[in-house]
Amino acid sequence: MGGRAASMRLVAGALISLLVLTLCSLFVGVSVLDPRHLIADPDAMNLMLASRVPRTLAILLAGSGLAIAGLVMQTMARNRFVEPSTAGTMQGAALGILLVTIFVPDASVLAKAAIATLTALGTTSVFLALAQRLPPTQPFLMPLFGLVYGGVIGAGVTYIAWQTDLLQLIEVWLNGEFSGVLRGRYELLWITAICVALAWYVADRLTIMSLGREASVGLGVDYTRMLQLGLVIVSGVSALTVVVVGAIPFVGLVVPALVSRIAGDNLRSTIPLVGLIGTLLVLACDIAGRLLRYPYEIPVGTVLGVVGAFAFLVILHARPRHG
Amino acid sequence: MIEVEGVSFHRGPARILMDISLSIPTGVTALIGPNGAGKSTLMALMARLLPLQSGSIRIAGKPVATTPGPEMARTVSILRQDPNVSSRLRVRELVGFGRFPHSRGRLNAEDNRLIDEALEQFDLTALADRFTDTLSGGQRQRAMIAMAYCQGSDTMLLDEPLNNLDMFYARDLMRKLHRVAEEQQKTIVVVLHDINHAGTHADRIVALRDGRLVVNDRTASVLVPQTLEAIFGYPMEVVTVGRSPVVLHHR
Amino acid sequence: MAEAMAGTPAPPHRSRRMVVATCAIAAAVCALFLFTGLRGNIGFVLGLRLSQLIGLVQVAVSIAISTVVFQTITGNRILSPSIMGLDALYLFCQTALVFAMGGFGYATLPPSWKFFGEVALMMAFSTVLFLPMLRRRTDMMLMILTGFVLGFLFRSLSALIARLIDPNAFAVLQGASFASFQSFDDRLLVVGGVLTACGTLFAWRVRHVLDVIALGRDAAIGLGLDWNRWVTGLLLLVAALVATSTALAGPLAFLGLLVVALAERLCASQRHGILLPVAAGVAIVVLVGAQTMARMGFGSAVVVSVIVEFMGGFVFLAILFARRRG
Repeated sequence: MGGRAASMRLVAGALISLLVLTLCSLFVGVSVLDPRHLIADPDAMNLMLASRVPRTLAILLAGSGLAIAGLVMQTMARNRFVEPSTAGTMQGAALGILLVTIFVPDASVLAKAAIATLTALGTTSVFLALAQRLPPTQPFLMPLFGLVYGGVIGAGVTYIAWQTDLLQLIEVWLNGEFSGVLRGRYELLWITAICVALAWYVADRLTIMSLGREASVGLGVDYTRMLQLGLVIVSGVSALTVVVVGAIPFVGLVVPALVSRIAGDNLRSTIPLVGLIGTLLVLACDIAGRLLRYPYEIPVGTVLGVVGAFAFLVILHARPRHG
Repeated sequence: MIEVEGVSFHRGPARILMDISLSIPTGVTALIGPNGAGKSTLMALMARLLPLQSGSIRIAGKPVATTPGPEMARTVSILRQDPNVSSRLRVRELVGFGRFPHSRGRLNAEDNRLIDEALEQFDLTALADRFTDTLSGGQRQRAMIAMAYCQGSDTMLLDEPLNNLDMFYARDLMRKLHRVAEEQQKTIVVVLHDINHAGTHADRIVALRDGRLVVNDRTASVLVPQTLEAIFGYPMEVVTVGRSPVVLHHR
Repeated sequence: MAEAMAGTPAPPHRSRRMVVATCAIAAAVCALFLFTGLRGNIGFVLGLRLSQLIGLVQVAVSIAISTVVFQTITGNRILSPSIMGLDALYLFCQTALVFAMGGFGYATLPPSWKFFGEVALMMAFSTVLFLPMLRRRTDMMLMILTGFVLGFLFRSLSALIARLIDPNAFAVLQGASFASFQSFDDRLLVVGGVLTACGTLFAWRVRHVLDVIALGRDAAIGLGLDWNRWVTGLLLLVAALVATSTALAGPLAFLGLLVVALAERLCASQRHGILLPVAAGVAIVVLVGAQTMARMGFGSAVVVSVIVEFMGGFVFLAILFARRRG
């Protein structure tokens, strides 16, 4: 019972914070916007609609999407420490974009996103197939493998980029930032909302999947089909994020771990909470990035690299909670 | 009713099961045999967790190889050995997933009633809101059994359900299974290592050794020294206490 | 580790022959480096190459020694100091120092002072971060994972601080993620050389103690070693050596792992009297050899370091998978 009250408090606090931070995000930036003069000043209004609103929306979509993608991946891998940036997914997406840029330089953004999703699917499938052979009694082995695996793919991508003189370009893909988000350049991210809705729709089946292949078959869930669907959701969200804003680490790891401690692993109840807190985390880090060295912006990927890595360490060494 | 015909199974060069044919009626049937006899494999084949390589298995007349998954899930439920449940679910949620084959996630009043009944049946009502990772091994085992029970299928396959259970709950579980099988006409197959639980609570015993069927008969007929020696490879005395045979396997 | 010790040891003369052979090959490779493809002002080029060689040898030896010692105190062959984030820690110390002293203050420091400051910070941080894990019995996988994440954390912190110092310096991180052996700061060579030499000598002198430490905490204590003191001292040694190699050349995550894995296969002995010199020899061969090849064929040292890292990464994964049964 205490658990449920804590959940309620968390939700309430999160919603209030969301409101506050969204407003901050809309008004904080290089040029200071005064809410009182907003309606009257056409330039300010333009800035708001062309830059601030799309940026904030992109953050909301990417933040919730990545957090939920992490949750789905943890369900499929049956391991709490994996997420798209520690399983080769984001690096796989970067590889896809790189290949498209080299071979079909004038491809549309949609085409880039599609190819990136396919390569991300490929690398993640390989990861899951190999990771399933790891002994479940060593839970730390999987994220370790994922980190090295992702690192190897990332090194490969960097090398190819270096050879083809595209190093500056992949800097962004491998370290995400929202500063380049403008109206007309981020709409692709709305597809992540579809992926999230899909995850919500099959939430019960995903939870059963987390009980293992045998329990799933025993309850009549098509395990292979669900695995494929989960892969598509995770790869899609990651690829879209990398294409539009670049790789953002640790969100899919830190947020589900936090929510799990408080509200458990029943996806039907935790998906909304995970999405909400994921958004909050990315919002907070992006706003911090805008303020730390005002008027310069620090990429959200860098800020999250610090915050997320630190949170990851805490999660790794936290003693299991009882009650 | 479970009907197994001509089932053989091999994993690479190793032959695990050789030409098993048997039928199991309603009631509690214990599946016994030394390690490596193929008990878990046979159970996995019956639950369609492993693909059949030869022969056929039918449960309640439905062939396990071709019947669609969800329909099979309403016919047979399985509990595996040492399920590694690392998911953090509340006990009530876990048991509730047993209704998934029927309700596909949307629980109605009838489902909730059945969940309450399952919780009650296995002494879990007080633990209903606890997270599974805060439970002891035995409590978690009971929760998994309750989930299998909640599936409401007429056939239940339980692979070593008494692992992690202390004597009180082991005895309690066997008595419950016996009562449920009788009252609800279920077919319950249990893999047991303690043969005396079989002696007291099982109606029939199926014994495997080295992948072959040794015996499939009523309990009293199986628990005799000659047959036991054929199964386990060494002589053991059988005495009768009350109305049940007790095997002195540890002497 | 204990089970490795229980395996049939190679006959002693075979191992000693391996040491001699490795040293001979290392010397030959160094000669190749110095004397092949000489053109133009031979004296000048030779001088340049000599200082480059000294730098390479230093880096090679400090990586080899620090990896061997580190693997001994952590009790496994999967780790290397950079995998545990030690070289990322060094970069962070560097960046933090710049931030703390302001760009100008930092630039006016003599390089050897800078170096000593960084080494001191390194040693302090490593003891704080890693000693607790080494003193108790921490799950090895957790240690490795922690080291990885720490490495990531420090790299991100360095990037963050770099941006606070110079907002347009997003290339700083990229520059630091590739090791470079093109040119070494001459002033560092002397200081680094002294440190490397002292560290190597110390490791050599305590090679028998290292053998006992390799048996594990319980066995070592049972044989009368003061575990805590020795592990602390050896960790400081590792930190200092890693600082040296990173200061000279930059981060080299998997080179140490690759080198020691090779050395182990070659000499089939776990005794540090054999392992230390062979590992150092192999490291010299790999690094100097790769640099020679790069100069002759590929034309770029970046390629070399990326390839080495790639190969090392695969070796790491292979060992990881082979060990999962253990």
